[in-house]
Amino acid sequence: MIRRLFSITCIACILALPLVVSAQAGGELLIRNATVMTATRGTLANTDILVRDGKIARIGKNITAGSGARVIDATGKYVTPGIIDAHSHTMMNAVNEGTLSVTSMTRIRDVLNPSDIAIYRALAGGVTAALLLHGSANSIGGQSSTVKFKYGRPVEEFVVADAPSGIKFAMGENPKRSSQSFQPGQTPRYPRTRMGVLETIRDAFLRARDYKQAWDDFRAKKTKVPPRRDMELEPIVEILEGKRKVHAHGYRSDEHLNLLRLADEFGFKIGTLQHGLEAYKFAPEIAKHGAGVSIFVDSWSYKLEAYDAIPYNAYILWKNGVNVSINSDSNERMRRLNLDAAKVMKYGGVPEQDALKMITLNPAIQLGIGNRTGSIDTNKDADIVIWSGHPFSPYSIAEVTLVEGEVYFDRAVDVQRRTALAKEREELEKLDVNKAPGSGGGPPRIPTERLRGDLDDAEHIDGGNDR
Amino acid sequence: MRPRTIIFFALTNLVLAASAFTQSDGSQQNRTGRAGTFAIVNARIVTVTGAVIENGTVVIQNGKIASVGSGTSVPSGAERIDGKGLSVYPGMIDAGTNMGLAEIPQGANATMDLVEPGTLNANAKAITGINPHSSHINVTRVNGITTAHSLPGGGLIAGQSAVINLNGSTQSEMAVVGEFGLVVNYPRIATFGGFGTGGGQQIDFNEAVRRRDTQIEELKRIFTDVENYARAREAYDNDKSLPYVANNVRLDAMVPYVRGVKPVIFTVERERDIRSALKFIADMKLKGIIGGGQEAWKAADELKKQNVPVIYTHIYSLPVREDDAYDLLFAAPSLMQKAGIRFAISTGDQGGEVRDLPYHAGLASGYGLPKDEALKAVTIYPAQILGIDDRLGSIEVGKMANIVVTDGDILDPRTNIKHMFIGGRLIPLTSRHTELFDSFKDRK
Repeated sequence: MIRRLFSITCIACILALPLVVSAQAGGELLIRNATVMTATRGTLANTDILVRDGKIARIGKNITAGSGARVIDATGKYVTPGIIDAHSHTMMNAVNEGTLSVTSMTRIRDVLNPSDIAIYRALAGGVTAALLLHGSANSIGGQSSTVKFKYGRPVEEFVVADAPSGIKFAMGENPKRSSQSFQPGQTPRYPRTRMGVLETIRDAFLRARDYKQAWDDFRAKKTKVPPRRDMELEPIVEILEGKRKVHAHGYRSDEHLNLLRLADEFGFKIGTLQHGLEAYKFAPEIAKHGAGVSIFVDSWSYKLEAYDAIPYNAYILWKNGVNVSINSDSNERMRRLNLDAAKVMKYGGVPEQDALKMITLNPAIQLGIGNRTGSIDTNKDADIVIWSGHPFSPYSIAEVTLVEGEVYFDRAVDVQRRTALAKEREELEKLDVNKAPGSGGGPPRIPTERLRGDLDDAEHIDGGNDR
Repeated sequence: MRPRTIIFFALTNLVLAASAFTQSDGSQQNRTGRAGTFAIVNARIVTVTGAVIENGTVVIQNGKIASVGSGTSVPSGAERIDGKGLSVYPGMIDAGTNMGLAEIPQGANATMDLVEPGTLNANAKAITGINPHSSHINVTRVNGITTAHSLPGGGLIAGQSAVINLNGSTQSEMAVVGEFGLVVNYPRIATFGGFGTGGGQQIDFNEAVRRRDTQIEELKRIFTDVENYARAREAYDNDKSLPYVANNVRLDAMVPYVRGVKPVIFTVERERDIRSALKFIADMKLKGIIGGGQEAWKAADELKKQNVPVIYTHIYSLPVREDDAYDLLFAAPSLMQKAGIRFAISTGDQGGEVRDLPYHAGLASGYGLPKDEALKAVTIYPAQILGIDDRLGSIEVGKMANIVVTDGDILDPRTNIKHMFIGGRLIPLTSRHTELFDSFKDRK
């Protein structure tokens, strides 16, 4: 059975290969004569980019690099900032802690899998960074991680250390567990309505406010005994203190608007409304609050609360001055976010650079890393994609992807390796250990299948929805 | 897996002509558009089957393409559409959808008419379940897709598929081929609960093989039963002294498919399963089509030998194995084309995302399929596989006027659709989405 064989052998063979194609650590890399879409200053023809020590050192014409620098001739090619996906579950070994509706104590950084093949496939689609979020089973899901896709490097190096903390909230059908069925005698989990979801969140903030007060009083020596530490409430206190960004899954305009009002009530700002399929219905209120919105470009009707989604969502939000990003929420869709961005030029007529921003600088800003990535500007991280042609053309493909100046995907190298990989696979298939198992036990599962039970049922069918 | 697992399933035989559209008047601009005589002038005409005409005219009359060419005259009284700077394409055809059968898969079960329980559902006809007023239809067509093949999804034998135009107030108005193919969800080895659902207990591998084999035997038995049933019925018709065989609605439905008069669509992905299905097709002397076809390129020899075409639905899928090339499923159409396999590119989508069909083809082209082949893979090739290439799939005189006028390359997501015709009717470029857009775009 092919699947089984795979699990035993091929993960090993993939891991065995050095996927960092040519590390430039500390060195220089020069991209020559490209058409550069900066995302901030328009498109520059026949332009060179000098990368040094992981940063964009210079952008201009006729730049010369030091000896020993790798030079990539990008004549006829396009360069963009690395794509940033502001809603992903890639490289996560778990998604939902589905037992309680408030699980703010759980952390994505505890379940990161740096060898998830989906990372490499994302790099091959030009994605360099992502916001890794819990699923949407809970009103308050847990603490998110912001990562760069440094495939092949130790997991600690993926996490963007200076990115602001985040936390996943969820509203609507998923946290109220609409599609969950119950056995006779089984008590459904609270909440079961949109009323209950909002009150679950309000309750958490009230408790967090009291908890913070108790600590403030203790520190001010008004009380003598320190409060017991509460891992559930501490992240919520950080929200109240403006130290943790809320990324709130929701579909209907009313539920998201109620969350904005709740945030106003407790005196904090929502970071992003995630999905926000009906955000176009209350764009002025979002703009006023100052939240960003991270959307599927055009997914709709896969569930009841997605029936009013329209592909003009990005345009209306953009017109209202809202920071919009286009996300994938999917290992599959993640690979073609460039074409998703292209669609907003059609649906409403967003200008090209603003469309590009929706997959680069805008998500960077939403993640709080816009000062270091998301555009082709000097002193920013060299998170760069070289495309065979215009990135919004379906005929163009990513050829080279750099993260902080290092090449993590190089199509030419990938293609060149295929013969050797095929040969290795053939040899491994012949081994006894990879023959179909006898009776009594099933084949070992491959990692992506191991994940299945943990995955967020509803989000899987969002948009592309591979799992 | 996205819900498209369900994609492929079904059915057969009313060939309803396009005369359906003639009953409406030509004056009102309603949801189904308006008929008339139209001339698209000064346009770039991408005929698909012939050369591109850089500056030409297409005349639409009586629901058909009346003339095409650079020197074509415009009939008096024709409504002129200035095609300057625009391109004219045949409407695209998605050969693998569940259009009209699956409005909202989650949270609204009552809108789902896709899956019957039970093994043998040959008599379930998509054309009787398709909702002509599904919002998916308008949303899809305004992106240039004018025709879809819609397949039912339940059981080993899922039912009969329908080829429909994305216009009409009734099912019969929509039907191009009301009962096209019989959909068989070909048995596969499934150690995770079967049919790719990912649910259920993991089962022993040998047990999974045994179940697969049992199902294939079951399928053979059903096909044999149908032939025996049909013969017994015919014998009785000729000689009333023979035993009467009671009518069986499920077996009846299968007769033209079992006899190779009409096609059987096998939904099948892996090479070994495709080869098994091909053997079944050969043994049973069927007119076969492969739906899904993730690894079809690996079975090129047998597919070509038997001249079995593939409706490929995996541009938007992840490679199955971790060590597959990252671009394997983007590149599969190119591999099929090089190998000489007959194929079409399809979204395999239930309905809402069928509008992405051109981008599926575009991506396939990015990864190696020549551009003209990519366009053919969503126009004339699906028309050929669906047996409607005499009427659809290209811009040729006498064909049904399913025509799309664009301001750019139809496979590019930045391109806008400026005008479109289905069955010669000028279709309003509105949908649930444009209506919601209009309602909210200026809200302050």
